[in-house]
Amino acid sequence: MGVEPSEYGQVWRFFILALVPKGSLLMIEMQDVWKEYRNGTKAINGISVKIDQGEFVYVVGPSGAGKSTFIKLMYREERPTRGHIFVNGFNIGRLKDRKVPLLRRNIGVVFQDFKLLPKLTAYENVAFALEVINTPRRVIRKRVMDVLDWVGLADKAHMLPSQLSGGEQQRVAIARAIANNPSVIIADEPTGNLDPDTSWGIMKLFQRINDRGTTIVMATHNKEIVNTMRKRVIAIERGVIVRDEPKGLYGYED
Amino acid sequence: MARHVREGFKNLWRNGWMTFASVSAVAITLLILGVFLTVALNAQQMANYVTRQLEIEVFLKPSISDAQGEQVAQAVRQLPGVASVQYFSKEDGFAQLRRDISPQYRALMDGLSAKNTLPVKLVVKATSPDELLPLGQELRRLPSVYQVNDGRSVVDKLLHLFNVLRNLGLVFVVGLTVTAMFLIANTIKITIFSRRREIEIMKLVGATNWFIRWPFLMEGMMIGVLGAALPYALLVWGYASIYQRMSGTFFILPFPLVPASDLAIRLAEVMFGLGIAIGVWGGAMSIRRFLRV
Repeated sequence: MGVEPSEYGQVWRFFILALVPKGSLLMIEMQDVWKEYRNGTKAINGISVKIDQGEFVYVVGPSGAGKSTFIKLMYREERPTRGHIFVNGFNIGRLKDRKVPLLRRNIGVVFQDFKLLPKLTAYENVAFALEVINTPRRVIRKRVMDVLDWVGLADKAHMLPSQLSGGEQQRVAIARAIANNPSVIIADEPTGNLDPDTSWGIMKLFQRINDRGTTIVMATHNKEIVNTMRKRVIAIERGVIVRDEPKGLYGYED
Repeated sequence: MARHVREGFKNLWRNGWMTFASVSAVAITLLILGVFLTVALNAQQMANYVTRQLEIEVFLKPSISDAQGEQVAQAVRQLPGVASVQYFSKEDGFAQLRRDISPQYRALMDGLSAKNTLPVKLVVKATSPDELLPLGQELRRLPSVYQVNDGRSVVDKLLHLFNVLRNLGLVFVVGLTVTAMFLIANTIKITIFSRRREIEIMKLVGATNWFIRWPFLMEGMMIGVLGAALPYALLVWGYASIYQRMSGTFFILPFPLVPASDLAIRLAEVMFGLGIAIGVWGGAMSIRRFLRV
């Protein structure tokens, strides 16, 4: 996994978060949320849930149970048909289209397929995300090196995604997700494409992000990880929450 | 904004052939429009010029002799609204014709001088432009008058011809504009498609919708500007050289042409204006249909 890089530049976050008792602020709240797609598929059928700031939550369940929709509703990739969703103070159902970018700047998203731009280097991929939200140039330079250093890829900053391993690509994607200091990280099967060893490295990285006080919501199929790195588990089946336990287990036989 | 311009150029460059096709379509559209505009401006200039003239040309019947012509001239002088009447005898007409004709036919004309069948011409000056039309009507009623050129009749004929041409041209230009717009929309659709991953990431990390749209609008605008520049340069250069020749002594037009510099300004306004409009509109069509931001 390489040497743990210094956390220079992130130190101030600990001071701020130290003032706020962990778990005391509501980060995500859903109140009786329903989602029916245009083609008639009923993906979410009445979900109410609360996730506090600084929590680490696994979302589990069989394929097609509504996990992805549940997650997409949080960053307003999808809009609820009914019910209320609040994320970091934004009322998602009422959020105007032109305000969506403001919400997204407070949310980092990580996917199974990394979603990196193949023609840009690791550095440029992270910088791109900051550029397109009008971050000043000199801030970008410093911030990108900081986060790449933080995920352990400072020495590979100028490599293209094709020159990096799957795990390294996911680290770049995570660096990009945390570059703007979001309050929530939403991850959809982040280890789905990785071998077990690499997956553990990525999970440790998520743990470190969570240690800084960032809320993490992660949809996953990885039984071993859920059962070993014990966190709150929300199980979704047929669009409803069937189980919600602190330090829960995966609960399905794969 | 600098970034959007840079990205716009990048898009143009990456789309090489489609860009070329779109620029060509805009260029052809605007070239045709520009030619029509040039003709229209000159026709307008001519109409203004001719109607400002107070003179009416009256040709008497060829059978009317010089002596009879003098009498007619006297009669015309008495008509209301007439300021003066200039008399041109058959001889004057012949001399004028001999002057205007090219030298190689002069000898031929000299042989014809005995059989002068040219009409007597009167140039009648009206007291005011308002008198021109009634005066022309009056003159046409005289029995010895063969033809009356009161400027307006010439203008009316020319304007009618020009109107037909202009309507035809407009249909053409509208059709071509629509074609150009669709080509641009298609070009930008291809750009959007080839950059959909970038766009997806931009949306995910919270780039504003306008930030995402701008490069594509810029691309459309640049296609419009490039498409206008070529026909514009061609027209201005072509017109300037024609203007220079026409206003020389070699060839005398019955009215002055629109000065090349004035035309250049009017053409720039219309051609670049429409070019940019076509480009931006084409871009906007694609953005609305394919970007969904």
